[in-house]
Amino acid sequence: MKIASKVYMGLVYLLLYAPILVIAVFSFNQGDSTSVMDGFSFRWYAELFRKPDLFEALKNSLLLALSSALLATVIGTLAAVGLARMRKKWLKSSVNAVTNIPMMNPEIVTGISMMLLFVFISNRVLGNIEVNLGFFTLLIAHVTFNLPYVILSVSPKLRQLDKFLPEAAQDLGCPPLKSFFLVELPNIMSGVVSGFIMAFTLSLDDFVISLFNGGDNFTTLPVLIYNYTKKPVKPDIYALFTIIVITILLLLVLSNLASSRDEKKKARAKK
Amino acid sequence: MNKIIELRGISKSFDGELVLDNISLDIKDKEFVTLLGPSGCGKTTTLRLIGGFEKADEGEIFFDGKEISELPPYKRNVNTVFQKYALFPHLNVFENIAFGLRLARVPNDEVTARVHEMLALVSLKGFEKKNVNLLSGGQQQRVAIARALVNKPRVLLLDEPLGALDLKLRKDMQAELKKIQQATGITFIYVTHDQEEALSMSDTVVVMQNGKIQQIGSPTDIYNEPENAFVADFIGESNILDGVMLSDCRVRFAGHTFECVDGGFSKNEPVDVVVRPEDIDVVHPENGMLRCTVTSVTFKGVHWEIIVDVDGFKWMIQTTDYVAEGANIGIYIEPDAIHIMKKSEFSGQFGDYSTFSQEMDELSNPNPEDEEEADGEDEN
Amino acid sequence: MKIKSFFSRCAAAPHIVWSVLFIVAPLLFVLYYALTDANGAFTLDNLFALSDYGETFFLSISLSLIATVICILVGYPMAYFISRAKPSRQPLLLMAALVPMWINLLIRTFSMMAILDDGGLINTLLGTNFHIVGTKGAVIFGMVYDFLPYMILPIYTVISKMDKRVLEAASDLGCNHFEVLTRVVLPLSRSGIISGVTMVFVPSISTFYISQKLGGGTFELIGDTIERQFANPLTYNVGAAISLVMMVLILISMAIMNKFADPDAEGGMLP
Repeated sequence: MKIASKVYMGLVYLLLYAPILVIAVFSFNQGDSTSVMDGFSFRWYAELFRKPDLFEALKNSLLLALSSALLATVIGTLAAVGLARMRKKWLKSSVNAVTNIPMMNPEIVTGISMMLLFVFISNRVLGNIEVNLGFFTLLIAHVTFNLPYVILSVSPKLRQLDKFLPEAAQDLGCPPLKSFFLVELPNIMSGVVSGFIMAFTLSLDDFVISLFNGGDNFTTLPVLIYNYTKKPVKPDIYALFTIIVITILLLLVLSNLASSRDEKKKARAKK
Repeated sequence: MNKIIELRGISKSFDGELVLDNISLDIKDKEFVTLLGPSGCGKTTTLRLIGGFEKADEGEIFFDGKEISELPPYKRNVNTVFQKYALFPHLNVFENIAFGLRLARVPNDEVTARVHEMLALVSLKGFEKKNVNLLSGGQQQRVAIARALVNKPRVLLLDEPLGALDLKLRKDMQAELKKIQQATGITFIYVTHDQEEALSMSDTVVVMQNGKIQQIGSPTDIYNEPENAFVADFIGESNILDGVMLSDCRVRFAGHTFECVDGGFSKNEPVDVVVRPEDIDVVHPENGMLRCTVTSVTFKGVHWEIIVDVDGFKWMIQTTDYVAEGANIGIYIEPDAIHIMKKSEFSGQFGDYSTFSQEMDELSNPNPEDEEEADGEDEN
Repeated sequence: MKIKSFFSRCAAAPHIVWSVLFIVAPLLFVLYYALTDANGAFTLDNLFALSDYGETFFLSISLSLIATVICILVGYPMAYFISRAKPSRQPLLLMAALVPMWINLLIRTFSMMAILDDGGLINTLLGTNFHIVGTKGAVIFGMVYDFLPYMILPIYTVISKMDKRVLEAASDLGCNHFEVLTRVVLPLSRSGIISGVTMVFVPSISTFYISQKLGGGTFELIGDTIERQFANPLTYNVGAAISLVMMVLILISMAIMNKFADPDAEGGMLP
């Protein structure tokens, strides 16, 4: 039983990682083939650096992820606070239901629905003044699908918070807005930060919604990859994938180390 | 002594349910006042109105002669010790206590001096750097008190501050709070449902029920001269009987005419009669004013608690002499042990000990958590 | 009422405005486009035109259902084994199963293609000439590979939160290991399976990249159809109608699923 379960787990991990490993191996191929190794080289990595549109797309992706995550974090955190204090049950539950739509709906539906909105505004409302699908439409789309994740990561922190803290602050002479920054925000900060990170990651990762709401003048990295892989590919795309995967792995390891060090610190404080 | 807080005609309802019904109350400066009553009686709401966390539907609140009904909490010169302390989890002990001073932009060295003075007052010297989440309940309690007192408020509001502590610690803190109040000369308004706490700490007790003030008085007044059946029953143990006032100092109840010390009622006026269990003497059946049978005997340490049956009405008697169950005894009551009250809306609801065990269950809530929950439900 | 500050009353307002503008309004536009022709006149033609796509719907639904079932069959034992591992090793094992979620879907799908392709690793290693890409099996395989972690996570969350004493009670009452699993653990992990099913089925049924790459363009799924319709402004209306039907289908199946879900149990929807 023990052995069988270990073998089983090994097989599933193999299934999950083998394709990526293959990609990584062939990214060092000397030759053109993506299936036969002709010797080891960094040729395709060097090739990557000769693609200006790649760096442009990376820059676009980072810019979009950063700005949409920031905006979503601000709006979402405020929303979580407002929802936590909302009295009207029907309003609260309907806001929650609407907020979760982008999380439940297939991405493609979210993508095309926003595209239709932008197209309609550009064609019928602004009277054929072209609204360029680009940074701003992407920003709106990304903030929209990031919002539920921010709210979902901040709300539990607010629920854990003693509901009398704001009153205690006011009792000690603190006006309400100031008490939010002095008392509530520091205590929900971990939720706000993880909401921001999640929003940033999701935004960086997204291609379905970006595909429909972006334009030629503002291409994000995933959309660029999508366009690349429409044509037969050379190992340079493998090199790109390998770099991306290694970056993700590094970030995951770093964040795990940081959080485990955090926990150790907390454990020590308790002693 | 002059009045520091006046409530005039305060009414307040939540979702159509009347929680405070036209309450008026004067609180004198430097006094220790306790609002006492069962959960849901309106005591916490009264406190929150004074703190500024709720707005009254009707009526005004005055602070030192000035109306403050519309003033937000952060502009009132009162501070609160919250039920579960509400310490700021992200700040250490020092910064928790310094919070109000920092907001008032008190200079740094004065902050340090005043926080240290407070730490000494609540015996928490050396705890400055501690994380408040790692303190014991009693220590958190002290920080909460220090955090409020350091601002030198004229009035300190305390909302069941000892509710979360265990019995032993609660007794110690009661004494300590009383000491702090006397040392600082700050008016304390203290909310509790624990009658013993109220009696032992307060200068004045305000007994509340059904959103109304039932009685205001010193602890001895409240105990010895309860205004109505509710107060008599809520404070201590009482045998409450229906009686008729024959004339001044002569009352008839339980089929016997007793001498008493109260007067001023009209002839043959129906009244409620209170006899405290410890004021009843057990005597030989022939010498007793009433004869009865002992139905149960419980050992309570200092005394025996016995339930006796007098013509179907169950009395409680506390006596230091052992009496056997089933024994026939006589009881004797001194005139000054009989207290006469006017009939009230509470008449007939209390006083018979025939359902004693059930009544105990209702009165002593084993789960304080539930009670707060209930409080929160109807008072928020 | 408790006195509420201006701040706490307005905190949720930006989010509510945002949700109405960019979640509710776009969905109304989907409805609007589905019920109008290219000139904006009301018509039901788009919905009638859907009969042409009956086969596509059927194919999409069947492939995603099969993929979902395979994900349960593969993912459940995986989640169970991870939860039975030494507590100190569980985070690492779980992390290893979830890392692929962080890697972009394009990269994962594409690396799967590198393995399955005609000139890919499998054929090269085996010296065979199987046409795997282009079959429905390859698409199902891709769906399983891409979405398996989304099945493992919620099931693991539910199993690991299970009260260990319940399992001990079952053994105490005479269940052997296997019976503990089938009679106690499995029924108790229903809510995890259900949220796993949602998280696998919804992206599977709406995918277009997997079918484009691994289906090799030999057949279309709904996602492909929608993407194609939205590449040309003249067919937005039909595309909107298809999206609308797909959304309704998903909503109905989710509602049915939630009937089976344990309302108190938390499924662990989030990574």
